[in-house]
Amino acid sequence: MDNHIILEMQSITKEFPGVKALDNVSLSVTAGEIHAICGENGAGKSTLMKVLSGVYPHGTYSGRIVFQGREVQFKDIRSSEAAGIVIIHQELALIPELSIAENIFLGNEPTRFGVINWDKVNSDTLELMARVGLREEPTTKVKDIGVGKQQLVEIAKALSKSVKLLILDEPTAALNESDSQHLLDLMAGLRSKGISCIMISHKLNEIEQIADSITIIRDGKSIETLHVKNDGVDEDRIIRGMVGRSLESRFPDHTPKIGEVFFEVRNWTVGHPAVGDRLVCKNSNFTVRRGEIVGFAGLMGAGRTELARSVFGRSYGNFKSGQIFKDGKEIQLRNVAQAIEHGLAYVTEDRKSLGLNLLDDIKATTVAANLQKITKGLVVDADQEFVVAEEYRKSLRTKTPSVNEGVAKLSGGNQQKVVLAKWMFTDPDLLILDEPTRGIDVGAKYEIYGIIQRLADQGKGVIVISSELPELLGLSDRIYTIFEGAITGEVSRDEASQESLMKLMTASRKSA
Amino acid sequence: MNSLKKLFGGNTRQFGMIFALIALVIFFQWQTGGKTLTSANMMNLFNGNSYILILAIGMVLVIIAGHIDLSVGSIAAFAGIVVAIAMRDWGIPWYMGILVGLGLGALIGIWQGFWVAYVGIPAFIVTLAGMLLFRGANQFVGKSNTVPVPQEFQYIGSGYLPEVGPVTGYNNLTLLLGFLLVGVVIYNELKNRKRLERVGAETPEMWVSVLKIALVSAAILYATYLFATGRPGTSFPIPGLILGVLVIIYGFISNKTIAGRHVYAVGGNRHAAELSGVKSRRINFLVMMNMSILASLAGMIFVGRSTASGPFDGVGWELDAIAAVFIGGAAVTGGVGTVVGSIIGGLVMAVLNNGLQLLGIGADMTQIIKGLVLLVAVAFDVYNKSQGKPSITGLLARGFGGGRNKPEAPADAEENLAAREAVGTKQVL
Repeated sequence: MDNHIILEMQSITKEFPGVKALDNVSLSVTAGEIHAICGENGAGKSTLMKVLSGVYPHGTYSGRIVFQGREVQFKDIRSSEAAGIVIIHQELALIPELSIAENIFLGNEPTRFGVINWDKVNSDTLELMARVGLREEPTTKVKDIGVGKQQLVEIAKALSKSVKLLILDEPTAALNESDSQHLLDLMAGLRSKGISCIMISHKLNEIEQIADSITIIRDGKSIETLHVKNDGVDEDRIIRGMVGRSLESRFPDHTPKIGEVFFEVRNWTVGHPAVGDRLVCKNSNFTVRRGEIVGFAGLMGAGRTELARSVFGRSYGNFKSGQIFKDGKEIQLRNVAQAIEHGLAYVTEDRKSLGLNLLDDIKATTVAANLQKITKGLVVDADQEFVVAEEYRKSLRTKTPSVNEGVAKLSGGNQQKVVLAKWMFTDPDLLILDEPTRGIDVGAKYEIYGIIQRLADQGKGVIVISSELPELLGLSDRIYTIFEGAITGEVSRDEASQESLMKLMTASRKSA
Repeated sequence: MNSLKKLFGGNTRQFGMIFALIALVIFFQWQTGGKTLTSANMMNLFNGNSYILILAIGMVLVIIAGHIDLSVGSIAAFAGIVVAIAMRDWGIPWYMGILVGLGLGALIGIWQGFWVAYVGIPAFIVTLAGMLLFRGANQFVGKSNTVPVPQEFQYIGSGYLPEVGPVTGYNNLTLLLGFLLVGVVIYNELKNRKRLERVGAETPEMWVSVLKIALVSAAILYATYLFATGRPGTSFPIPGLILGVLVIIYGFISNKTIAGRHVYAVGGNRHAAELSGVKSRRINFLVMMNMSILASLAGMIFVGRSTASGPFDGVGWELDAIAAVFIGGAAVTGGVGTVVGSIIGGLVMAVLNNGLQLLGIGADMTQIIKGLVLLVAVAFDVYNKSQGKPSITGLLARGFGGGRNKPEAPADAEENLAAREAVGTKQVL
């Protein structure tokens, strides 16, 4: 392997209003290597790849991109693909109702006199499929093949565009072990043919197995580039790089008042809503005490949200088996209304598409989950609605001119306060907060942490799901780790460290 | 300008559609040499459009919930023929006929609601099927014949408030109705002021309330005068009365009750609604069922007016009702719209129709003009939204029973939020 550099990204800085997503990031990729990019969720990996592939066009960021010795200025994805850079996203961009061949040549169909040359499409497809080791008919519809094979179709599509640099975003996140292995072997095969790969992955064992070099990004900055062979890199070394940062006092002081166990979930098993035999929760057991803040740690896609939503009135997945106990009695939560009745509340990670009706104003949102409480006879009492919303606006210090404002106008932190108010108004015993500080600036985070602690002090149980380990460590009294749908560990506040959690979350060592 | 703003409670644009309606009436009054605002013409307008406006009430709920109903015209025709035959052949009295019609509407609604809500077939498909199905059913049951209905039954479609009490030279019941309405307007305004004071919100100045009451009362009293002084035997039409009662009931349901809130919630963001404990399938079922009941009521009123049920009753009604709802500020994507807004939208179409007719303009040009009005009204709205300004027709009627509107959402704020979510949270630490 020569040391000829194919891609050089120099001092890339990308700002969004109020947020510096990338701060002077540099990356260089050698021809014919597999280059992994590691970092926590939100560290800036995806943003960097979007800059590289032209999703964020030249001019919206500062810095230089040199590809194959020439400076390039991509204005969209099409122009980066023309140069030979192809990105394959975590969510595949295939059209399920079209055939494999049609998908591969979509937007790039070979024509003769303006008519698609189907013979050429199909014969070229056969050749491309052979290169990626896919044995299917070119005319098979994409929806009829598994997700592992769909991934191969994406790569075949990239190859059809004579790709020189392939970017894979979490390529094995949705794959089972044998499909993952096949994909990794394929990447090694491409490497030997001189095609470079950039791979974003949370699965450190795979990175250790296949990557030649690793760039670590943390808080929008490139921290270091490791050469796997020379530097003797192992998983511990990567984790240290990813989390290496000191915990400042970003949390209000708090002395927990923890009571007895009042909520317990036993042997919770849930199937994927679309894929019949795939399990998103595997035999999970957990407990929550009164006044306790329990953290759920896991990487994206580990099944944290699926676990929480399936407990919250089976609002996700196919319930298979399991029991829920509250105050020692078994309860049945068949739908969300029943879950709310039994004192559960769930604040979603996806505020915009699952948490809020963006057409509503603040006061309507605040009372949306407990309209009965302000209804007399048939009439929803508009005065009460206003008064209640005002109370929460003051106690949570939501920044808004009036509770008549639309929630769409609020900043992320204030939207989250309105959502919290909505659930506090249902007077729950157990609050499940899924990524409660996502998309929220640091000041508002501190306030949200304070609210969470106050709720716990009122004797409520709180479950916090978060991708940010410092947040979990700062907030939780106890932490469960989740990996691929199973709870892999339970760690008390005193025992927990970022390194020990990351190990359990990536299941690199089997045992707590 | 500033005083106008105060008068209309914060946003003059809310009243864009009302303003358009008033302008339209004045324009035609001027162009027709005073033939528009006459007793006979106003009665004609109400009698000839009440069934469309009743459909618009049901349709706006369907559209708020994110669906559409193409079958209302056919259902109206089917209910009409069944009721007509039941009264002719079984000899049941007119009030039993109405109950049969409403019951049939409910059954049809259960049928359509089942497919939409519980099987999950898009309402467009279910009601397209219903449109064919019930049109065919009308012609099958009636053997494509016209079936007359008894005199008493015609009252719901072409009757007027009766003459009672002392001879005043006016229709007494119409006068009573008018005065009652004025009283309600005054009471509501004063109650609203008290309410705002009590909860500590900003209260408009007194002269604003007084002027508002004066203007609305004057309009009501003028209409009362028109309806009370028609030729002998006429007064405020019964279909108009039914419509008024329905507007009040459905305005109340959609604004003040839990069920109404849930309709908006399901249409605004179904997933968020479900995660707040809203049973979205039940809501969808009820909304579709309600539409069919109102459709059969509209069908019966039409049959009453035209004295017989025929095989081509109700053709094209669904499109008139849908147009009224969209002119009235509803959004195709659901979650936005008001009952009162839809009625105003329907009245705009009705006044256009009526005025152009009085001017002797042919049906061809009338259709062209109506089509353009629909397009322009919605295009204006879309343009405003794309400019990040509040939707004009969407803001309509907030003052009328607390209409629920799309709040102003500046495009840049949206992007800002999206950007922050895209980069996650790490960068701001």
